[in-house]
Parts: sequence; structure tokens; C-alpha cells
Amino acid sequence: MNDQNNMPKRSSASRLVVSPSPHLHDRTSIPMVMWNVVLALVPALVAAVYFWGFRALWLTLAGAMAAVITEGLIQKFRKVPITIADGSAFLTGLLLSYNIHAGAPFWLPVVGAVFAIAVGKQVFGGLGRNPVNPALLGRVFLLASWPTLMTSGWQTTKQAIQGTLSGINPAMVTNITDKAKDLITSSTPLGVAKALRDSTTVQSLISDAGGDTELPLRIFNGLFDFSTLRSVFLGNIGGCIGEVSALALLLGAAYLVYKNIIEWRIPLFYIGTVFGLSFLFGGIAGSGYSILLPFFHIFAGGLLLGAFFMATDYTTSPITKAGRIYYAIGCGVLTIVIRLVGGYPEGVSYSILLMNVATPLIDKFTMPKAFGRVKK
Amino acid sequence: MKPKTFPGGVHPHDFKELSNQAGIDKLPLPKRVVIPLSQHIGAPSTPIVKVGDEVLAGQVIAEASGYVSIPQHASISGKVTKIDVFPHPGGTNQPAIEITGDEQDRWIDLIDDKDYELLEVDEMKARIAAAGICGMGGAGFPTHVKLSPPPDKPIDTIILNGVECEPYLTADHRLMLERSEDIFRGLKLIMKITGASRGIIGIEANKPDAITAMTKLATLDARLSVCPLKLQYPQGAEKQLIYAATRRKVPNQGGLPMAVKVVVQNVGTAIAVYEAIRYRKPLVERVITVTGKIVRQPSNFQARIGTSFTELVEYAGGVTGVIGKVISGGPMMGFAIPTLEAPMAKGSSGLVLMDESSARMLDEHACLRCARCVDVCPLNLLPSLIAASVKAQDLDNADKAGLSDCMKCGSCAYVCPANIRLVQWIDTGKVRLAEQQRTQKQGGK
Repeated sequence: MNDQNNMPKRSSASRLVVSPSPHLHDRTSIPMVMWNVVLALVPALVAAVYFWGFRALWLTLAGAMAAVITEGLIQKFRKVPITIADGSAFLTGLLLSYNIHAGAPFWLPVVGAVFAIAVGKQVFGGLGRNPVNPALLGRVFLLASWPTLMTSGWQTTKQAIQGTLSGINPAMVTNITDKAKDLITSSTPLGVAKALRDSTTVQSLISDAGGDTELPLRIFNGLFDFSTLRSVFLGNIGGCIGEVSALALLLGAAYLVYKNIIEWRIPLFYIGTVFGLSFLFGGIAGSGYSILLPFFHIFAGGLLLGAFFMATDYTTSPITKAGRIYYAIGCGVLTIVIRLVGGYPEGVSYSILLMNVATPLIDKFTMPKAFGRVKK
Repeated sequence: MKPKTFPGGVHPHDFKELSNQAGIDKLPLPKRVVIPLSQHIGAPSTPIVKVGDEVLAGQVIAEASGYVSIPQHASISGKVTKIDVFPHPGGTNQPAIEITGDEQDRWIDLIDDKDYELLEVDEMKARIAAAGICGMGGAGFPTHVKLSPPPDKPIDTIILNGVECEPYLTADHRLMLERSEDIFRGLKLIMKITGASRGIIGIEANKPDAITAMTKLATLDARLSVCPLKLQYPQGAEKQLIYAATRRKVPNQGGLPMAVKVVVQNVGTAIAVYEAIRYRKPLVERVITVTGKIVRQPSNFQARIGTSFTELVEYAGGVTGVIGKVISGGPMMGFAIPTLEAPMAKGSSGLVLMDESSARMLDEHACLRCARCVDVCPLNLLPSLIAASVKAQDLDNADKAGLSDCMKCGSCAYVCPANIRLVQWIDTGKVRLAEQQRTQKQGGK
């Protein structure tokens, strides 16, 4: 028992690590979390390349690399540790690029990413301290500064029906006018739906068609059918790079939920709220209504990307469990209000940004009750 | 039956396979023991021997200093050689009595009270108090106090804690396999003392053999049952165990199990209670798991209180690498201590050695606000907010986020991707809060 070999090989006592408990760790780390989110976003990029070609990839990488370089330079300038390897700047740049359409010029995601990192993140002190989602801030900065570039020049996918963004074959709409054709070919499904809710647009469509009052409804019925929904779900439709394929986004989201990297409350309540409200209020002026409408609100546009990958941003969403539910419902309500009542066909970015700002307040008012809380 | 559980918590790998097949090995007498005067919650014991005194095993060497305190006994026979400050298994240095053994194991006179079950409750409690028993799961609350709730707090349920949710530790597991009858004897005595009408033994699902062994004995008495529990840390924390087994919630802000008519005792404590009442045997030995990936023969030792950790490691065959960290207790709530020279105490359930690479401290990063800590907190607190508030010297806000409720189970820090030392910040906050309350009290006078 006591022979020399069996004596504890003990370094001098001072070399023993004395640290606070716990002495085990599940080995998750910030880089692991960030790169896993990046990984979860890869299917959407693959879909984008499939539908739009490699330009989508280069645009995305331009944004991501600009974000990484900006973060590194600012950290060097601030004389703080350079943390570009943790993946968070890359992720911000990636998400920003995902919010830009594949026909945009290369400098657009670059400028957006620089703004997102510099003004959205580093001025507040870096990771964990930014009040709003930097990628979304970058996007609305681009939208406010270059609205035309952000909203026009969109490319239809290689396989899209008759070169339409909305996925409707104009030939399927009987007695279509050129004006209506323009509307269909140049707008995303939510854009068309939005236009059809606007009485001025509807009136001008009708008068252009020589008083054909049925035209809006024919367009509506041509749009909100299963085949278009199928295109929307798979991604064969106009949209931003990262928003194109609902299926690809859901694959990535499922991975993150499975890996316990994003939590389920925010996406569930966000998407649930949008579904419920669009189910109730989504119809167009007149009698246009489709039971498929709520699904378009979910699968077309930025909702999935926003609900799973942006609203769940750790830093800018509430930490309390109840708070996350209120926050998500708030995002959903704002999204629908903007989409149905406001001035944009989309509403995800602004909704999330507004709820980001409300996050400290939500946390404050949703402090959880400790286990076994005594009623006072 | 589906194992029961509580909300929140984490699932660390349990590493029990290292030592759960190792039967309890009764160690030879140590040549020297160091008996700390503070091995329990409450006032440290008062020495009643002086250097040079001859003592017998089981002899009182320090008396209880008040009601919430316990006496300490010599765990070997020999001579008192020093009364001084020694390394303590809690990581600090504490007053203790050193006894150098005579290797004869001469004992005080023990009895064998065949009618022990018929004793008056007060006599039973007196024997428990005299035996110096405190909770052996780690917290170390004096057992006679825990078994004496005020008359307006009736107890209907005793829960024996055989959960052993700390990774690596297998001492209670082995006790349930090898000393199951004594555990039940102790349980029945505790039920008699408290007037409880039901006894539940909570065991985590990773010990199926213990569940089988204990269930076999529990079926002999209609009042007793075994409650299999899901493998989930901290399943063995008192409030979580009570909730899992009875669905009762112990009130927060310092509420005690007796508020929900429950008393929880560790399985090892039940054995000590039985031995104290039947034999008047003081608590001078216990089972401790000595383990870790670098320990040559991870073991469960029955050893005398005061045996040095160095000696325990030698009996476990030494180590196969360089020791990076010495953990007294389990790896989730135990203490990393600066020296192996510390002795094992009444609450020492384990000694875990880690190699240098596992011991390395991870760099602390800025909080991402990811709220993983919030999601796992079994007490529904906001650990990241507590830590941030303590850092910002805002104790009021820290307390609103749950500072004083926290039991320091460490689930939050276990999952923190930024490696923030949440438990340390919370600990700091608790100390500052206590100071603040003390000065406020003094200011009020």
C-alpha cells in the first residue's frame, strides 16, 4: 500500500486549483453557441444558392466578413480582447445579409454589416450589451438610407413561374391587365396581399381594368392557393436571401431547439400570434379570404427567420420565462399591425426592434416567483 | 412507474460507474486523526480535553456549545497531541483536536439495548444528541434539533434521502445495498420520534439495484415506500426531493420542511441514529467515496472521522496523474480545497480528485443574457441578474432576483456559456447581505 509508486503524485499544495463550485461544466461556450446558430442557418443559404445562384453566397459572405473585420478593428482600436473567433460578429453579418435580396449590390450588405457592428453593437460595449438586435438595426438602417435598392431589383428564382416574385402565374388570372401583371410580377406574396387590402390600389386596379370589380379577387384567389403556398414553403419565390425557404429555416430551427440553443417560447408564441391574428383579420378588402392566408403570413416573408433566429437573440430578449412570452406576443401583434394596417408589407424587423427596446421593462415586470413563494 | 422529479435542473454525467461496484471497505485504524470542532451548522463544540490526555474511541472530547450544536468524540483511542488550527474539509483552517492513536482501538463501553424500539422519545433524542450526529449528506444540521420540531408543527412524513444526486458519489448507494436493514431500523426510529405516519425513501433512477433492495424491505411495512426519482440534478436538494416525492412546496425565504409536515434525513444519518439509540454509539465513522478519473482504485471506505484525505487517497491506490483539484464533497456543491492534508468530517460524503486539465478554470466572459441559468434554476430565480446586481453593489435588486433564496446548487454556473462564476457572486452577495442586515440591526438599536 505504501510503496513509493502508489503515493499520491501531488504537485505542491499551492498548485492545486481552488475555485468556486460547481466543479463541472456542460462545456457549452459562447463560440459553440454562435457557430451552432451559424450552422443552423446553412440550409437556408444552400436553398438561396439553389434558387438564385452563387451570387447569394457571395453577398452573404461579404456581409459576414465585413462584420468580422469591423468587430476586430474596433476591438483593436478600443484595446480590448479581440473576440472575432467567437462567431457572434460573423452571425450578425450573416443575419444582416439574409435580410437583403439576391439582386442587391455587393456594397449594400457590407455597409449594413459595418453599421450593425459599429453602431449596433460595439458602441454599447460589445457582446451582451447591445439594446437591440444589431443585424436588424443594420437592416432598417439600409432600408431607411437606400429604400429603392432594398426593395427593388429583386430577382425571381430561376425556376419561378413566369418570372414572378409572388409565384402566381399571371396567365392563370383571367382577363388580367398589364397593371395587375406588374403588381404580381414585382411583388412578394405579402406585398400583393398588402396591395389588395389598400382601397386606393384596388380602385385603380379596377378602373384600369375598365370597371372589372372581380379582378382583385381573381388575383387573390390565384395567389392564395396550395401551389403557391408550396412554392413559398420550399422557397421557389421572391424574397430576401435568408427568407427564401421556409423548409430550410425550419430544419435549422429544429436543430437549435433540439440542441437547446434557442428556446421554444419565443418562436412558438410569436408565430402563434401571427397565425391567430392573420386568421382573424388577414382577409382583403371586399370578400377575399382564404384559410391558407395565415400560412402565407408564416411562411412567406421574414417571420420564420425573425422568430427563430432574430427574436431569440439572447442579449435583446427577456430573460424571464413569462417575459419571453409577452415579448413574443408583442412581436406578433406588431408584425400583424404593420403588415395589415401599417405602411410596409413586412413587419418583422420593426416589430422585433420595438420589442427589443421594451425588453428591460418586460424583465422588470415579470420577475418570477421563487419556488415555494409565500403569499404575502 | 415513471420516476418522479422537480422542475428545472441539469443532467451532468454522473461518473458513478467508477466506484458504484466497489463494496464498502473498512479501513484499518488511522495512526492519527484530526477532529474539527466545527463539523456542523451551529456553534462549534467546546474542547474538554487537553494536550496529553489519554482518550478512548467514542469518548467525548468536545461538548456541544448550546442547543444547536453537537459534541465531538475521539474516533480512535490514543493521546491528544495538539489542539490547534488545522486544515478543514471546508477549505479553510479551523480549530481541531489532534489525536495520535495507540493502535489498540480501545472503546468506551457501548451497550446493546435489545428493546431500543420501546424507549421513550425523549431518551431516543438524548442518545442522538449525545452521539454527536449531524446530517451526513453534507449540510450538517444537528439531527436532534431537526427531529424536534415545535409542537405546533406536526410531522406526517419522513423522507430518507438516498438520492445522491452529486456526480461521482456512491457512498449512500453502497449503504443502501449493504446496510439496508439498518437504514430501515433508523427510519422507523425517526418516524417514532417525530410521530410521522409515513416513510418514503427517495432514490435516483441510476441506482436500480438500490431501488430493488430497498423496495423489498419497504413492502414489509405498509407505512413505508420507495420513491424512484428521475436522474436530474439537484434531485437530492431538500426542497426538490420533498416536491418530487410529495408535491408539497417548502415556503421560500427561509421556510423549513416542517412547514409542510416533512423531515428529510440522509440514509447514512438514519444508520447513525439507529446505532446511537441501540448501542449509544457516537458518530465516529462514516462511509466516504474516494474517486476521480485519476484515482487508481475508486473506492467507498468506511473510515474514522478525522482520517486525513492523504491517507484515504493512499488506500485508494494513489493516483495515476497529477492532481489538479481536490474536491471535498461532490463536484457540484463540494469545496475545492487547498490541501489534501485536511481530515474527513461527519459531513464528508466524498473526496473527488481531478486532473490538471479538468481542474483548469475557464475564462469568465461577459453575460450574453442567454438565460440558460434562468431556465435551469430549480428555485425559479434569476441567477444572472443576482450576479450582475451583486457586482453592481445593488443588494436590494439581487435579493429581488432571489439572492437569499438561492441554495447554491450550481446548476446555473454548470450551464453558463460565458463561464460566469455565478455561485461565487451569489456567495459574495449572501455574505454582504448578512453584513448589511447586521449593521442595520445595530443601527436600529
